[in-house]
Amino acid sequence: MAATADWNGVIARRRDEIIQGWLNFLRAEGALQTGRIKDAELQSECGRVLALVAPDLAHAGDRSPASDELSQTLSALSRSRALQGFTPSETANFVLGLKPALFGAVAAEYAGQGDLIAAATLDATRKLDRLALITIEAYQRSREEVIIRQQREISELSTPVVKLWDGILALPLIGTLDSERTQVVMENLLQSIVDTSAEIAIIDITGVPTVDTLVAQHLLKTVAAARLMGADCVVSGIRPQIAQTMVHLGVELNVVSKASLADALALALQRIGKRVTDVPQALAAPDYSR
Amino acid sequence: MAVVRDDVMPVRSSDDIVRVRQEVRARAIEIGLSLVDQTKIVTAASELARNTLDYGGGGTARLEIVHEGMRRGLRLTFEDEGPGIPDIALALKDGWTSGKGLGLGLSGARRLSNEFTLDSRPGEGTRVTIVRWS
Repeated sequence: MAATADWNGVIARRRDEIIQGWLNFLRAEGALQTGRIKDAELQSECGRVLALVAPDLAHAGDRSPASDELSQTLSALSRSRALQGFTPSETANFVLGLKPALFGAVAAEYAGQGDLIAAATLDATRKLDRLALITIEAYQRSREEVIIRQQREISELSTPVVKLWDGILALPLIGTLDSERTQVVMENLLQSIVDTSAEIAIIDITGVPTVDTLVAQHLLKTVAAARLMGADCVVSGIRPQIAQTMVHLGVELNVVSKASLADALALALQRIGKRVTDVPQALAAPDYSR
Repeated sequence: MAVVRDDVMPVRSSDDIVRVRQEVRARAIEIGLSLVDQTKIVTAASELARNTLDYGGGGTARLEIVHEGMRRGLRLTFEDEGPGIPDIALALKDGWTSGKGLGLGLSGARRLSNEFTLDSRPGEGTRVTIVRWS
């Protein structure tokens, strides 16, 4: 068996030198420029990771007893990097920056033993690349978590049912009506109809950029369900270009529709026997100056 | 007919359909389509992309800006390697669907575009091309 590098020994003997080299690399790459992380913080992170990397490098196989702790530490580190707004390259560079420092230390330690240096370098490259991938994966995961959370927030925020008058509800739809959100919309509206014993629900689609057959189908289903619960629906906010497109598509919305929410409200008030009238000038704006 | 710009986008999830719609709208604005024509081509793209996903099992959308003489147009090609359409005449009939939709997507997309071609071989896949001229 060929001689292998004593990684534990090398790192123990040249710890300060390696950390300095690592930090110099990170500083040169601009890790500190953005001010998101302090020099002292970076230094302590380097020390902590190096202490875990040493037994991993010294271990002959792919997974050493320190592997789990090491990948946990790196995952936590890249999570915080992702949240602080670092780019994926900056995050991966943290681990990759250890390479030049480590190679320098091995070259100095085993000067003149070319084969040993080459073997050690290859081994370290393989292991550090794997660690860099771990950091990238953790970074990606935490970004995805953010996206999923935002999606949930959007689907909840954008579907409010508002009460316009006793017995009149309005549902202002905004954005893309994919099926998952439409489910939420339907449930919200139907529940509100029960809660407020509404007779009329106005569905306003001013904020829906594209009305295709799927959106139309969702609308029709919502209207049918509301009807079964004893409430009539009025669709409002169909813009001219959407109206023309729907005619070409061949979609027939068998439901009362109005151009604007105001028209729909006027119709709804009429249906429940209310009327909005002009008030004589003197009553509308009493003159208190006298 | 000269192709000025050519992009291919994947259609693998409902998020991709949203992206296709957004890109189509951006291109339609770029070539100066009127608001009505923009809405028409975006809606047609939405229908065809959804067909590619739901019936073709996913595929690609190709967005091309084409020039012919003085006029400019947007050519969209939706391609999948799904089961294909056995009876094209039936598929283009209003209200007919092999799934659970309204059965208006394909025929509607044809009415919303200036040119419409549909190639499909059972077992090999489907390709739909539409053009909207400015």
